[in-house]
Amino acid sequence: MCGHREDAEEVAQETLLKVFERIDQLRDPSRLKAWVFRIAKNECYMKRRKSLFAPSAELSLEDLKPARSADGNSLGIEIADWTALPDELLLDAELQEVVTRSIRQLPDTYRSVVLLRDVEGLTTEETADVLEISTDTVKTRLHRGRLALRHSLDGYLRTTKAGGLGDA
Amino acid sequence: MHDSDCGRIFALLSEYLDQELAPPQCVELEEHLRGCPECIEFVRSLKRSVKLCRQFGDCRPVHLPDADAMSRIRQAYQKMLARRGGARA
Repeated sequence: MCGHREDAEEVAQETLLKVFERIDQLRDPSRLKAWVFRIAKNECYMKRRKSLFAPSAELSLEDLKPARSADGNSLGIEIADWTALPDELLLDAELQEVVTRSIRQLPDTYRSVVLLRDVEGLTTEETADVLEISTDTVKTRLHRGRLALRHSLDGYLRTTKAGGLGDA
Repeated sequence: MHDSDCGRIFALLSEYLDQELAPPQCVELEEHLRGCPECIEFVRSLKRSVKLCRQFGDCRPVHLPDADAMSRIRQAYQKMLARRGGARA
């Protein structure tokens, strides 16, 4: 969310300090996780001196659909061979770098939702609470963010042996 | 399978994977998937993308703060404990 590891480490430290200083302000202990992440998000935005309401690039659902097949009647078969990735594959250094880069390239509004939902494992409601947006907005941004990630990873698989297309 | 059917379910796939889809929509989507191998393939790739994100989250290295930062954090923690102990007394 911060964009740079050094910034993220400073944000994590400042977040911990604020959590200890402000813990008495937490009224509902069941919301602890979302409360901590909200502090971290605000610290992150302060670090970047960026407004919560700053415009972010939009991802169009239409642009994220896979290419149509030649007959134009279906979503298309232009999808890399994802079965080449074993289901329990551990992330090797290369794939980890690809995932990192793909997440980093997402526009801010989508990246923050993907990070909270799919990387940190927060629920839709917790994510909405942290980002101060509606659950419907979380769902919309999450779907588009995931599609953009899938698109990016699909491109990677097409150009590597892992995708089975490098041998073609 | 027609593009309009694929397009309609395309917008619902994340909610489907997260089991947040309303039952009637879920039934409609699964009926479509039964007859559309391309959409099944797409759903699998989307599911794999989500899993890669989760794996990515699990394998990130942990960097401990430096000694100075650790000292500030410990002090703040001790103050919090003292404050809360005082509040209970």
